[in-house]
Amino acid sequence: MQERLKELQTEALERVNTAGDLKELNEIRVSYLGKKGPITEVLKGMGKLSAEERPKMGALANEVRDAIAAAIESKQKNLEEAAVAAKLAAETIDVTLPGRPVKSGNHHPLTRVVEEIEDLFIGMGYTVAEGPEVEKDYYNFEALNLPKDHPARDMQDSFYITEDILLRTQTSPVQARTMEKYEGKGPVKIICPGKVFRRDHDDATHSHQFMQIEGLVVDENIRMSDLKGTLEVFAKAMFGSDREIRLRPSFFPFTEPSVEVDVSCFKCGGKGCNICKKTGWIEILGAGMVHPNVLEMSGFDSKKYSGFAFGMGVERIAMLKYGIDDIRHFYTNDVRFLKQFSIHE
Amino acid sequence: MYVSYKWLQDYVDLSGITANELAEKITRSGIEVEGVEKLTEGISGVVIGHVLEREQHPNADKLNKCLVDIGAEEPVQIICGAPNVDKGQKVAVATVGAVLPGNFKIKKAKLRGEASNGMICSLQELGFESKLVAKEYAEGIYVFPESVEVGKNALEELHRDDEVLELGLTPNRSDALSMLGVAYEVAAILGRDVNLPEGKASEAAEKAEDYISVVAEAAEDNPLYIAKVIKNVRVKPSPLWMQARLTAAGIRPHNNVVDITNYILIEYGQPLHAFDYDKLGSKEIVVRRAKDGEEIVTLDDAKRTLSSDHLVITNGTEPVALAGVMGGANSEVQADTTTVLLESAYFKGSTVRKASKDHGLRSEASARFEKGVDPNRVRAAAERAAVLLQQYAEGEVLAGSAEANTLKIEPAVVEVSIDKINQVLGLQLKSEEVVDIFTRLQFEAVAEQGQITVTVPTRRGDITIGEDLIEEVARLYGYDNLLSTLPVGSTTQGGLTQYQQSRRIVRNTLESAGLYQAITYSLTSEAKASQFALEVREPLPLAMPMSEERSVLRLSLVPQLLEVLKYNSARQNDSLAVYEIGSVFLSTGKDQLPEEKEHVAGAVTGLWVNHPWQGEKKPVDFYVLKGIVEALVDKLGINDRIEFRQTERDGLHPGRTAEVLIDGKACGYIGQVHPIVEKELDLKATYVFELSLESLLAETAPLVYEAIPRFPSITRDIALVADQEVSSGHLLSIIKEAGGSLLKEVSVFDLYEGERMEAGKKSLAFSLKYFDPEKTLTDEEVVKAHTKVLEALEEKAGAVLRG
Repeated sequence: MQERLKELQTEALERVNTAGDLKELNEIRVSYLGKKGPITEVLKGMGKLSAEERPKMGALANEVRDAIAAAIESKQKNLEEAAVAAKLAAETIDVTLPGRPVKSGNHHPLTRVVEEIEDLFIGMGYTVAEGPEVEKDYYNFEALNLPKDHPARDMQDSFYITEDILLRTQTSPVQARTMEKYEGKGPVKIICPGKVFRRDHDDATHSHQFMQIEGLVVDENIRMSDLKGTLEVFAKAMFGSDREIRLRPSFFPFTEPSVEVDVSCFKCGGKGCNICKKTGWIEILGAGMVHPNVLEMSGFDSKKYSGFAFGMGVERIAMLKYGIDDIRHFYTNDVRFLKQFSIHE
Repeated sequence: MYVSYKWLQDYVDLSGITANELAEKITRSGIEVEGVEKLTEGISGVVIGHVLEREQHPNADKLNKCLVDIGAEEPVQIICGAPNVDKGQKVAVATVGAVLPGNFKIKKAKLRGEASNGMICSLQELGFESKLVAKEYAEGIYVFPESVEVGKNALEELHRDDEVLELGLTPNRSDALSMLGVAYEVAAILGRDVNLPEGKASEAAEKAEDYISVVAEAAEDNPLYIAKVIKNVRVKPSPLWMQARLTAAGIRPHNNVVDITNYILIEYGQPLHAFDYDKLGSKEIVVRRAKDGEEIVTLDDAKRTLSSDHLVITNGTEPVALAGVMGGANSEVQADTTTVLLESAYFKGSTVRKASKDHGLRSEASARFEKGVDPNRVRAAAERAAVLLQQYAEGEVLAGSAEANTLKIEPAVVEVSIDKINQVLGLQLKSEEVVDIFTRLQFEAVAEQGQITVTVPTRRGDITIGEDLIEEVARLYGYDNLLSTLPVGSTTQGGLTQYQQSRRIVRNTLESAGLYQAITYSLTSEAKASQFALEVREPLPLAMPMSEERSVLRLSLVPQLLEVLKYNSARQNDSLAVYEIGSVFLSTGKDQLPEEKEHVAGAVTGLWVNHPWQGEKKPVDFYVLKGIVEALVDKLGINDRIEFRQTERDGLHPGRTAEVLIDGKACGYIGQVHPIVEKELDLKATYVFELSLESLLAETAPLVYEAIPRFPSITRDIALVADQEVSSGHLLSIIKEAGGSLLKEVSVFDLYEGERMEAGKKSLAFSLKYFDPEKTLTDEEVVKAHTKVLEALEEKAGAVLRG
């Protein structure tokens, strides 16, 4: 009997081992462990055994049954895993095919530059001031120390609508308007971006419409060194932390003293290259101390208050920063141009 | 202003400083030097030659065969095409091996069978600008005076061994429109002296006043007029050095008399005019405003009609010059002139400016008068001219001058405190240092108890207030020596306004939806200005547009966005989505600022979904654009205040256009561009929207948290049959109204319009979600609400459940 059980075990394990699929395995389970299976048969003959042998034989029979069941279970797991693996293998895809495009546009490069500058100055306590594109002669010129027959008006031929109304030639009228609103009380700290217009024929370096961004600070005890320090912060933020600036004397009717500001060439670092025309410096903006006439005209006491102002062409900054060679690109809106400005630097 | 480096040395010692070093110093302390040009750059091997023989080239009509002595052992044969070459001339010869501008190398050559060993040069070939070549040599080679020596360096004989600094002058620095002005500036920068020209003409016994009298009727426009008379002049070419200096300054040589007036113009910044005394036709000069309609033919042979805005020099009856701008042709100095009337005057800037502008005539003279000449140089310039006319035109200078003089010359006295200087610049200078800077500028400065009083010379009319003095100190002290600080004082809170923040959100939302930001021009053509306009008004025109294309201010952003699509479409980018945020301009009446309204507009064309390898390709349609607008109003938290209504608009598809309303008020539109317009622009189906940004951003609701539901909701789907004309929006609003408070969400999930429907009918299916935040809904409650919905639909829209 004992031998018969051992035989059954060996035979069953052998069959489990060679079972090819779950169906065959199930047949093996039924045939060995079922109620009509050989082990049950063997156990029916237990009555003939002595009382000592009976429990031994019962234990052995259980052992055999468990061994077979365990073998079946293990085999079943193997077969199932293999089946899943086979199924997944059949589901393989080409992961190098392109994904479904997610639609995305981006800022125009001029907006990108404007927002970058706005954010830089907001961090230094400035607010963003805006004003109309169509402006009164008074705000565009007179309030900025440019009376009607001032020769400096030649510097920027204008688009007039009537004698007193024109397309603004600079964002400076926003400064005049803002100062007026403050009613002679500082501090004023603003940055003014916007579109401006001049009578120029459009070509690679001229555009009848372009963007400016200007800054203005008016408070007690504002010094020219504050202007220099502020512009240094700006130059480093926009063009790299190892940039330096230099101020060159210049003239604007609304500032005195007036300067033009150069930044050390970010291409060659000051050694001289074609970008900086071999000088090591690139002109980026105009600036100066607010002219006392401008302060007074906008209601500020020029004995008590002083201020600085600076202004730059946004296209120029963008052209320098990104190496763009033709100002017309900004207004043609060729998508091959626009989409290049999607990357976050 | 072009400044000859050699000429400048007449007034300031420049030893130890090259032209380039000088340029850098000038730039750093006040006047931008835009370039330094070496006049002999790229030229070598050009010598003086003597044309010994000239004969016609045997094989070419227009060529000459010349035998030229170039100071070598043997004369050389040179073939020359210039019409004016002739035997006996002294000429510039580029010898074999010479290099001319443009890296043009002279080699031995054969021209039509004849050997040519060099080239006889025109001035243009030696790097002169054509407009600066004297008229007689403009079409041929240059001929030297007899006196030059054969074999010498021709460029040196032409005084071309010089460098020219180009100054970019800002309008305030008209003082540097003269060599003397530049000399004062350079002397101050270098801390050196200025040497002024000296000498006085020996005068004849006859008096100028016996020949001419001067009356300035318009004394305000012309407070000083000095007339000198020079007799027996010999008109001929001026000396080569003078011609060279004028050429370097950008002025074309004419004859000695005219050249001398121009030389003084450049040297003193004082424009002079020489009249042919004998052609004046009278013995008086009367300066007055022109009569309206009066005429003058100016030196450029143009007839000009004058008005009472213009100042003229007359001979008592008719104009002989347009004051300060240009002389008259009738009294021009020519080869046969013997007596010269020399004018040196002070004309008011604005009067000259007006005449120059009205006649489109900007001359070297008018440019200087407009900006204001130094009143103290009017007389000195006249005297200096007399010296030169005596010296180089063999003239006889008559005693004295005839004058009209009401000019008061008062140098400006300007004060500034040392404290103010230091406060503005952020420095700690001492009074003595500041006084020293003014002394270098040759300003008289006195410091007393911290107050600095400066007497400003009349040549520096730009300095009128303390701040001007501060600038002089700053630029000569050096901006490099300023500290870098940041403003101290009260703290300010930086940031964007609510509107500015929301506008950034609008940009980001549209860009996330796939639209690229475009920026187009505010100016457009009259035809395009009001197309697609949200609010139609008469477009605002420019007084003097540069072109029709940019002549009026826009009323809509859409036309130019369509131009953008067209531009890209023509360059193989026919699927594209763009938007713009910009102002439109609504006229409010003459002499009033227009209303500027900020709009946001978008335009989408071509394929919206394009993922071909998975078979997904879908052109843009109305609902794509509507979805974008909905996403935008969702983001702004105003979706429940927005409504879309079927409408018709010019330029848009009559069946595919919706008006967008906020709180019941129109604020924009969405629609398909009319197929005719699409065809004109060569675009595929294109959809646009334009919305008033100000209306969208007017109010924003505060964000308040709403509890997440704790009880389940119950959904009921209904399929309705309704008339074709009944809009889903209408059904939706009926459902919402009838559903009461339990109905939380309604959405359309199916639309069927097809052959299986009765004619004129369609089927719309809605999904209704009922929910009670307080408890689990019972079936009865839902049935009750749902029945009301179905009844309302039938009653108000004739829509019934689909059987």
